[in-house]
Amino acid sequence: MPNLLLELFSEEIPARMQSRAAEDLQKLVTNALVDAGLVYESAGAFSTPRRLTLSVTGIPATQPDTRDERKGPRVGAPDKAVEGFLRSAGLTSIDQAEIKTDAKKGDFYIAVVESKGETAEQVIAGIIPTIIQQFPWPKSMKWGSGNLRWVRPLQSVLCLFGEGEDAKVIPFEIEGIISGNTTSGHRFMAPDEFVVTDFEDYEARLENARVVLESKRRQEIILHEAKELTFALGLELVDDKSLLHETAGLVEWPVVMMGSFDETFLEVPPEVLTSAMKSHQKCFSVRDPKTTKLVNKFLLVSNLEAKDGGKKIVSGNERVINARLNDAKFFWHRDLDVKLEDQMGKLDAIIFHEKLGSQSQRVARIEELAKKLAPLVGADPEQTYRAAKLCKADLVTEMVGEFPELQGLMGRYYALAQGEVENIAKACEDHYKPQGPSDDVPVDPVSIAVALADKLDTLVGFWAINEKPTGSKDPYALRRAALGVIRIILENQARVHLGELISSHLDLYRNQPNSGLSETFDSQNLDAFFADRLKVHLRDRGIGHDLIDAVFSTSGGSDLVATVKRIEALREFLKTEDGENLLAGYKRAANIVRIEEKKDGPSIEYSGEVDKSFFEQDEEKSLHAELQMARATAAKALKTENFSAAMAAMAPLRGPVDLFFEAVTVNADDPAIRRNRLCLLNQIRKTLGRVADFSKIEG
Amino acid sequence: MPSQSAPCDLVPQRSFQGLILALQQYWADYGCVILQPYDMEVGAGTFHPGTILRAMGPKHWNAAYVQPSRRPKDGRYGNNPNRLQHYYQFQVTLKPSPKDIQELYLKSLYALGIDPENHDIRFVEDDWESPTLGAWGLGWEVWCDGMEVSQFTYFQQVCGQDCSPVTGELTYGLERLAMYVQGVDSIYDLNFNGAEGDNRVSYGDVFLQAEQEFSRYNFEYANTTDLTRHFEDAEKECKALLEAGDHEEIHLLALPAYDQCIKASHVFNLLDARGVISVTERQSYILRVRDLSRRCGLAWIKTDAGGVNA
Repeated sequence: MPNLLLELFSEEIPARMQSRAAEDLQKLVTNALVDAGLVYESAGAFSTPRRLTLSVTGIPATQPDTRDERKGPRVGAPDKAVEGFLRSAGLTSIDQAEIKTDAKKGDFYIAVVESKGETAEQVIAGIIPTIIQQFPWPKSMKWGSGNLRWVRPLQSVLCLFGEGEDAKVIPFEIEGIISGNTTSGHRFMAPDEFVVTDFEDYEARLENARVVLESKRRQEIILHEAKELTFALGLELVDDKSLLHETAGLVEWPVVMMGSFDETFLEVPPEVLTSAMKSHQKCFSVRDPKTTKLVNKFLLVSNLEAKDGGKKIVSGNERVINARLNDAKFFWHRDLDVKLEDQMGKLDAIIFHEKLGSQSQRVARIEELAKKLAPLVGADPEQTYRAAKLCKADLVTEMVGEFPELQGLMGRYYALAQGEVENIAKACEDHYKPQGPSDDVPVDPVSIAVALADKLDTLVGFWAINEKPTGSKDPYALRRAALGVIRIILENQARVHLGELISSHLDLYRNQPNSGLSETFDSQNLDAFFADRLKVHLRDRGIGHDLIDAVFSTSGGSDLVATVKRIEALREFLKTEDGENLLAGYKRAANIVRIEEKKDGPSIEYSGEVDKSFFEQDEEKSLHAELQMARATAAKALKTENFSAAMAAMAPLRGPVDLFFEAVTVNADDPAIRRNRLCLLNQIRKTLGRVADFSKIEG
Repeated sequence: MPSQSAPCDLVPQRSFQGLILALQQYWADYGCVILQPYDMEVGAGTFHPGTILRAMGPKHWNAAYVQPSRRPKDGRYGNNPNRLQHYYQFQVTLKPSPKDIQELYLKSLYALGIDPENHDIRFVEDDWESPTLGAWGLGWEVWCDGMEVSQFTYFQQVCGQDCSPVTGELTYGLERLAMYVQGVDSIYDLNFNGAEGDNRVSYGDVFLQAEQEFSRYNFEYANTTDLTRHFEDAEKECKALLEAGDHEEIHLLALPAYDQCIKASHVFNLLDARGVISVTERQSYILRVRDLSRRCGLAWIKTDAGGVNA
């Protein structure tokens, strides 16, 4: 079956957009093919800085034919109806319609519209221009005098369809670009146009013309060459996946070379050197495997096999790297000359958020909150206070100004350099953690207190000015902050009462003179957000949202540690046979009470006390006794937060509940007895409700 | 290549002025109008009416020129080998952007003696936005062996106006490029005139004193009370001219109004360097200049060069 080869050749596509664009191209074209009835065998998409390429194999040569019957009026219907039918079916005379016999309704006309499937070439010529015109680039532009939008000017389109040598160009035009069977090689090493016959030929000719089509292969080449170069010197590449991916998107023909920088720069912290080489120059760092320390070398990925073997390229890059590292060293020394507390003044001038005040006001709030948190998480109050005070000071250092990604880390270095104790310095870095779901949470109590204070301050603040995340928009990363709070609390088993912290922190904001809080702030709203985030977090660990609801509606969920313990105990209990049956019994009891209450009218409720004197059967008595026992045992267990024991206290109810339903008729003739029995059933609901709200549990 | 026929002193690898002359020659050969620098203080070559205003409207336009650019905050009293508060940009604007604009640009580098067989030249994503000019575009910074030597932008919007046709803008950072081709590590060591021995004039000979004095002025001596008033005067004048020149279908004072907009922008930069503008005020100043530039854009498209009669 025929194959399709499509190449969209353009000026340099930003590295960060290439993979996604290749995926989008594949998805858009193959979906359109399938929608048109052309089911293909396989597809693959590729990207380089200058091209997006799609190869689809095994496409049927034509669309399947279709037959469509349209029902018309009955035979002998008025002329008007017949005319209308002819018009709508596209017929000129009623002779062209067929007559269908129907014994019940009588004969009627049908129009049969048969359409021949189009050839795949026709279909493809139709879909590709639209896909190009509507391509979902994150940012696109116009150029010259045209109206087409692409990520950068689109220069040519190659579109071949068929098998092997017989493949032909599918002709179409988009804004003056006519599809063809040619492409070009490497911009500098093989710029000439050449003709292509099919995908295999295309890939091979590109390789000849110094273009490696597949990003994955370019990455492999870079990695391989980098490792060889470092290994030869007894050194080791500092792995960096994102940099590898990016550099593979900046070249069509990767050539890795090694350069050196002035050894004196090694006095600067290694993270600074790596950042400077990576963010500005896209170069890899190199270390000594024995000491794991950086050495004064770097690896660059060029796009050229230079005539001089790369001498000029290496020396040019060395000059730029030396200048960059010289700047970094300069910043390092400048910053070391100023104590962190003396940097703080500059925080006054930086607005954290227009409605929430300056960075120094923010620091003051974090200090207050961290002070409150310190005893709750077992942190030394003096150290916590000091750490909170210094934690944002590095934001105004020269180094962080130049390399924002080093915030926190530089705080730690500068704190250590001015003689702060280790855990204060560590908190300057770790209070930003966790930065994402896979990042570690802080474990030192001082860091825990400051990290919680920092995140809660942000959450309460943005909630108070009504800047909440909506849909996919979360510009202040509030979801991440909330998840961070949850993970820090749970993973450190920190016993804090979130609700109280939130409302007292809100008062701090209220007392701040220049804050622009929204009138409608509702702290419960923030509690609900935490509950939602907790659900997401626990769902990822395989715990259903219904269990979370069941526990939240009983305990409120402000103490996350206790809440999760209770949820886990509930989950374990429901896994047992007793738990499962008791849940069924609970549902049955609750249903009966609800139905009977509804039947008896709006003013009737069976929430009252049970009167033992109305008991007629043993099953009632024993259920009543067991309920009382369960309640007492559960209450005791809950006091010590022994949630498993509280759940276990419910287990013996299963037998009496089952027996009750087997032997007792709830709807007794005597209304007083009926009422009493309904109240007893309601006691099941109430008793179980001590440990969790079973009505929320599904299944 | 033009550089080879130039007298020895004017080879781009030997002299700063030779580099400028080579670029002018190259783009003149292409057919550009070679303009002279605009006679006002601007932060970048883009501010020259030959770029920003000509980028609006339907008329075609190819121009090239050197523009001294002033960034008061970047002054370092002549102590930093890479940073200046006054430097040169070489600016090329091609409207509509030709299909082979990248090739044209690369050939201009070859004309400066940068050999593509031995140098790694790369187009690295770098989008451009000017909040004060209400302008943005997509493009790249061009790297030569890891050094950024030019800025390459396809204008999409200018003074709030959508660009059609699109202008391609090439900006060469001349000092940096010269440092590269001359192989020196400090701007001040650049050979300016290409002569050797007693006749050699360095970039430092020409500009070091100016860097020191203007750094003092920008950071210490500029009279902020007067400057604040200058800003307001320029803003007022700009608005008055925009109003006076507006005759429904056509505008008669777009260029003088735009001059006032440039003036306001530079005064704002000076005030900013003096550190007297708070964060919130800063945003409001930017918005005020942006509003002026937007209105100048509306005026421009009602002029002949802006295409009102096209």
